[in-house]
Amino acid sequence: MSLTPEIGGAHVRAVHDEFHGDLLEVSMGPHHPSTHGVFRMIVTLDGETIVKLKPVFGYLHRNHEKLGENTTYLASMPYTDRLDYLNSMSNNWAYALAVEKLAGLAVPERAEYVRVILAELTRLLNHTCLAGFLMQDCGCSGTPLMYAFREREKILDLFESLSGSRMMCNYQRFGGCRVDPPAEWLAGAQRLVDGYSAFLDEFEALLTGNEILMARTQGVGRLDPALAVSAGVAGPMLRATGVGHDLRKVDGYGVYPRFEFRVPVGAHGDTYDRYMIRILEMRESIRILQQALAGLPGGPVMDPKAKLRGFRPKAGEAYGRIEGPKGEIGFYLISDGGPNPYRYRVRPPSFINLTILEDMCLGHTVADAVIILGSVDIVLGEVDR
Amino acid sequence: MLGTGLIKGLAVTAKNLVGSYHDPARYTTVEYPEVKPPLPEAYRNFPFLVSESADDPMGTLRCVACQICEKECPPQCIYIEKSKDKKPDAAGKLQIYPTVFAIDTSVCMSCQICVEVCPFDSIKMDQVYEVATPGRYGDLLLNREQLAKSNAYYHQIRPTEAAEVDGRLAAERKAAEEKAKAAAAAKAALPPKPAAPSPAAKLPDESRRSPQGEGGAAKPPAEGAQP
Repeated sequence: MSLTPEIGGAHVRAVHDEFHGDLLEVSMGPHHPSTHGVFRMIVTLDGETIVKLKPVFGYLHRNHEKLGENTTYLASMPYTDRLDYLNSMSNNWAYALAVEKLAGLAVPERAEYVRVILAELTRLLNHTCLAGFLMQDCGCSGTPLMYAFREREKILDLFESLSGSRMMCNYQRFGGCRVDPPAEWLAGAQRLVDGYSAFLDEFEALLTGNEILMARTQGVGRLDPALAVSAGVAGPMLRATGVGHDLRKVDGYGVYPRFEFRVPVGAHGDTYDRYMIRILEMRESIRILQQALAGLPGGPVMDPKAKLRGFRPKAGEAYGRIEGPKGEIGFYLISDGGPNPYRYRVRPPSFINLTILEDMCLGHTVADAVIILGSVDIVLGEVDR
Repeated sequence: MLGTGLIKGLAVTAKNLVGSYHDPARYTTVEYPEVKPPLPEAYRNFPFLVSESADDPMGTLRCVACQICEKECPPQCIYIEKSKDKKPDAAGKLQIYPTVFAIDTSVCMSCQICVEVCPFDSIKMDQVYEVATPGRYGDLLLNREQLAKSNAYYHQIRPTEAAEVDGRLAAERKAAEEKAKAAAAAKAALPPKPAAPSPAAKLPDESRRSPQGEGGAAKPPAEGAQP
């Protein structure tokens, strides 16, 4: 079997295997609605059971890293929005962090708080969406997704009124933030955060105790913690297996050490745990947001030394990483002193989390593969870059 | 008991269904295009060029064709050609102007970097979002006549930001005028003799002159400096 059999040819073919008898090879995607974009899985089936799964990426490849090497540091910032287009604020932060390390810029305290607020709002947004999409994959068509999108829209309205764009925020700058959030905006954010627990209660009443959801997800797509660690899996996927690794605690970047919050950890590493981890993380995010909004200091949001035009950091290299909603998102930059990075590399969390898809899917049915993929939480803009 | 989770979930759905008929806050749908939700002031779409007056937009563009936005634009969607001659701008200073200024809005990604890097506040983000056209290429390539919009329009879409920009520009102009006035005064104060010192260079000049001990040329500048 080759990696990409019969491109442009038949999508289903029979494979003869002496041990298993007749196997069926099915190409799921790249236009399958359950694959969350243009992702393709070549699954080999024994009856309905998956015996082999090959992920095929690259349909949305658009030279992100090469573009980053050919444009100025600032011009790469709007491109990072388009990596994981649900979480542009976190992507911006990770990239800004890498460039700030490279150029030795200090970030004012208020900007650090604003970044935490926006990153945690992004986490709420991402996890809400993920729960909605996962339910859609489970066959619960519409209702949870629409409830999730109703709340997501409120967060996007906040982003729009602050940065000018709902999803392509392009908000963080090297050495701070582009706009100082006005008092009305902060009041709006406070209202949203205050009301979010009620929404989560409603959402959980709708889903968490639901017998169909439990039967469908518990014990499905179990991931071994040792395998998860050795494969470099990060974020909620890793924590669902029971490994308490969170960069907000490990690195303590920004002003996170000042906030009191817990890192929820799963026990089984199955799809249900991955769903629950996200719900619990949202509750912790609300705690962080309450503390950050209460403790927001005054002052500027930009380092006065930061230059917009003619930005040339001295030669060197830097790696900036943050705990994005999907896992560790990092940017590795090498500067040769010019206006462009010499090397620009992204560590995309959803791509690395996707590499263990086969290990989770083996032995399950095709319908389970769909929800396992849904619980991995991928965005193809980031996987393919 | 098996099924309680299901029933609890159905109660939530029922509450939302009924609630949307009674509580307007729960009814989140907006009937676009009959109803258009208000845009936040920060909303951005495609750039436009600010001109001082609506009557003569081409003559009063703030843009001086410095081409910084063209260089900084991430997807390289701006094309500018500089003029050979110079025209006076709003402050009366002679400036180069763009003979061609085109933005390909099919390439533009609305990132606002051109606005941020512009040192003359001459390019700003528009808020027109109904931009569909029948033509695929030509209609989306906006030239300078289509891009130019008056400062009054800018005030209309972004009142806070425009007032701030106007205040800053007025302060800059005032400073420039004062500087020009001072320069003019200094010029007027110049005595007919080319060797005379200018007021700005008065102190070092005098200190240099004093050892030589001559006071003939020192008087006219002192008078001229009074106004």
